[in-house]
Amino acid sequence: MTKKITIEPVTRVEGHGKVTIHLDENNNVVQSRLHIVEFRGFERFVQGRPYWEAPVLVQRLCGICPVSHHLAAAKAMDVIVGAGTGEGLTPTGDKMRRLMHYGQMFQSHALHFFHLCSPDILFGIDADPAIRNVIGVIQEFKDLAVQGVMMRKYGQEIIKATAGKKIHGTGAIPGGINKHLSQEEKDGFLNGADPLNIDKMIEWSKASIDLFRDYHAKNKELVDSFAAFPSNHLSLVRKDGALDLYHGVLRAVDAEGKKILHDVDYQDYLKYIGEEVRNWSYMKFPYLLEFGEQEGWYRVGPLARLNTCDFIPSPLAQKEFEEFKAYTNGKPNNMSLHYHWARLIELLHSAEMMKELLNDPDLMEGELTTKGKKQNEGVGLIEAPRGTLFHHYKINEKDEITMANLIVSTTNNNDPMNLAVKSVAENMISGESKITEGMLNAVEVAIRAYDPCLSCATHALGQMPLEISLFDKSNQLIDRKRN
Amino acid sequence: MSEKIKFTIDGKECYAEPGQNVLDAAADNGVYIPSLCHVRGLIPAGSCRICNVKIAGRNMTACTTPVEEGMEIENDTAELQDMRKAIVEMLFVEGNHFCPACEKSGNCELQALAYRFQMMVPRFPYEFPLRKPDSTAPKLWIERNRCIKCKRCVRSIKTADGKNIFAFRKRGHEVEIQIDHELAAQMTDEEAKKAADICPVGSILYKEKGFSEPIGTRKFDKNAIGSDIEKVV
Repeated sequence: MTKKITIEPVTRVEGHGKVTIHLDENNNVVQSRLHIVEFRGFERFVQGRPYWEAPVLVQRLCGICPVSHHLAAAKAMDVIVGAGTGEGLTPTGDKMRRLMHYGQMFQSHALHFFHLCSPDILFGIDADPAIRNVIGVIQEFKDLAVQGVMMRKYGQEIIKATAGKKIHGTGAIPGGINKHLSQEEKDGFLNGADPLNIDKMIEWSKASIDLFRDYHAKNKELVDSFAAFPSNHLSLVRKDGALDLYHGVLRAVDAEGKKILHDVDYQDYLKYIGEEVRNWSYMKFPYLLEFGEQEGWYRVGPLARLNTCDFIPSPLAQKEFEEFKAYTNGKPNNMSLHYHWARLIELLHSAEMMKELLNDPDLMEGELTTKGKKQNEGVGLIEAPRGTLFHHYKINEKDEITMANLIVSTTNNNDPMNLAVKSVAENMISGESKITEGMLNAVEVAIRAYDPCLSCATHALGQMPLEISLFDKSNQLIDRKRN
Repeated sequence: MSEKIKFTIDGKECYAEPGQNVLDAAADNGVYIPSLCHVRGLIPAGSCRICNVKIAGRNMTACTTPVEEGMEIENDTAELQDMRKAIVEMLFVEGNHFCPACEKSGNCELQALAYRFQMMVPRFPYEFPLRKPDSTAPKLWIERNRCIKCKRCVRSIKTADGKNIFAFRKRGHEVEIQIDHELAAQMTDEEAKKAADICPVGSILYKEKGFSEPIGTRKFDKNAIGSDIEKVV
């Protein structure tokens, strides 16, 4: 008798998803899948809208990382208004957008680690779910919880100062930005009363890496083996190979570190990336065309970014990066829980970059926008907190958007997340007849390591609970757990 | 110089120029009567009905009613305010007003009135009409989803020789704003901007300039609609 386990919905993530796990007569896993069961449709209803509306409209597909969509769409519109890609903007336009992006990266990484994932690390994957949550963290680790909240607040304030609002602002417009940073804002971010100043943010970012390092040391086997599997890795890198979260060229490496996508212009992404549709998920499966659907899939996000880049252009994060790289002898890191390590190094990098930018006079004066010969098509790429984000638009002579294609970070990580779920299922559920809560949470831990944001990948509203069901060979439900 | 006319609004003693309408006269006396279709200097249309006041027991549109000596006007009453709010709600359900992605947000008089009336959810069901925008004009985007048929553009935007650039077409419930494509193609930047500015909602958009005004500096970001009038006197 075979069984089918359904985890629906997945908790401490944003959006709706479910996991199904099929077991054979001996309760060995024969198939496991992460299904994205919601549908958004932004690609369709942006059609017919004026192109300059896209950066404001499309960001509404997410409440955690709207800035990423705002900026990716704005970058595509830069191309359309003839301002070119990243380098074409005015110094003020480029730097204000970068500050917005690093603020976004900082607040989102803080949210991802402290609010959504730290309960698993602080209490243990199989701890009592009654305390294994953000309220439990607040009760048991108050200082840490406050850090998480204040770090997120700092990032959100940066976003407000650059985009106009903490969520769903309007700062980035085709060809640049619509405001400067004021002296008052600058002074506040640099020298505000503790803890809301940049030096405290850098200090706390470093401390968060120490927290992970300590957890890693105590749980080495789990952290290194949990959902570990070889993969390709893809991200933007700066032209000189540096980590750059805002602009650059597309690079991919294989599991051994060999370059398999050689720093190409992302305007040509369709030459390199294909998308496969499978009938059990609303989320598509991207892959590198050259290597096909079976071999061409790749990871994106913090882990992939630190695997593709050559160095990090900020001193403290670079030091951490060197330790990170040394752990795998310079080879790509293929361990899913190390996403958190990479994420926290990026948190530190974002804080350092914010400090550098805040001290730049270009933020406070200079031309805000630029434009050139109008184009009818543009691609905008950005490294969103969860990974590479593609926005591609075409317009007609009347300024109407006629086509939009969005490949979001979660979509890029579709195959890896499915493999992570499979890995956990095979290692922790195979051979078991009764589902335990810890088992259920382990599957969710794997998904959370990659991405707590499922909704933007399908272009939903609401809560995100997780349900696991057990089905027999004839697909009859025999057990179900839901939290 | 003609002698001023004495009248009262909610018991407040006010003065008006002869021939002045109630709405403009009220504003000159620091009393805000909400309106969406009226622009001082244009011939009043009385189309939006939001400026309804009560005079001698009758509901009258303040923009089309000349002030008369000794007139006693009711303006800020619960009944009138609720009626005005209901009209604003009707305008919201009758069109497709999605403020989050509208470039007029913060400068939109309909949105500002909804905030002033503390509108939360309209009491009427949404109609979600199918309306097609017209993006043909080189400098203007006509967004019919947001048009409230105030006729401000029809009354004020004309060519140098007096031809209408905007007009209504169709009838009754289906009436919609239309732009003369030939005349629109000849509009200067200044004329196009004027057309976009005169529109109280985001129905006439000056192309390629959306969202260039940062949040915090827009007309109603910090000051409620009408607060400039209420500060006068």
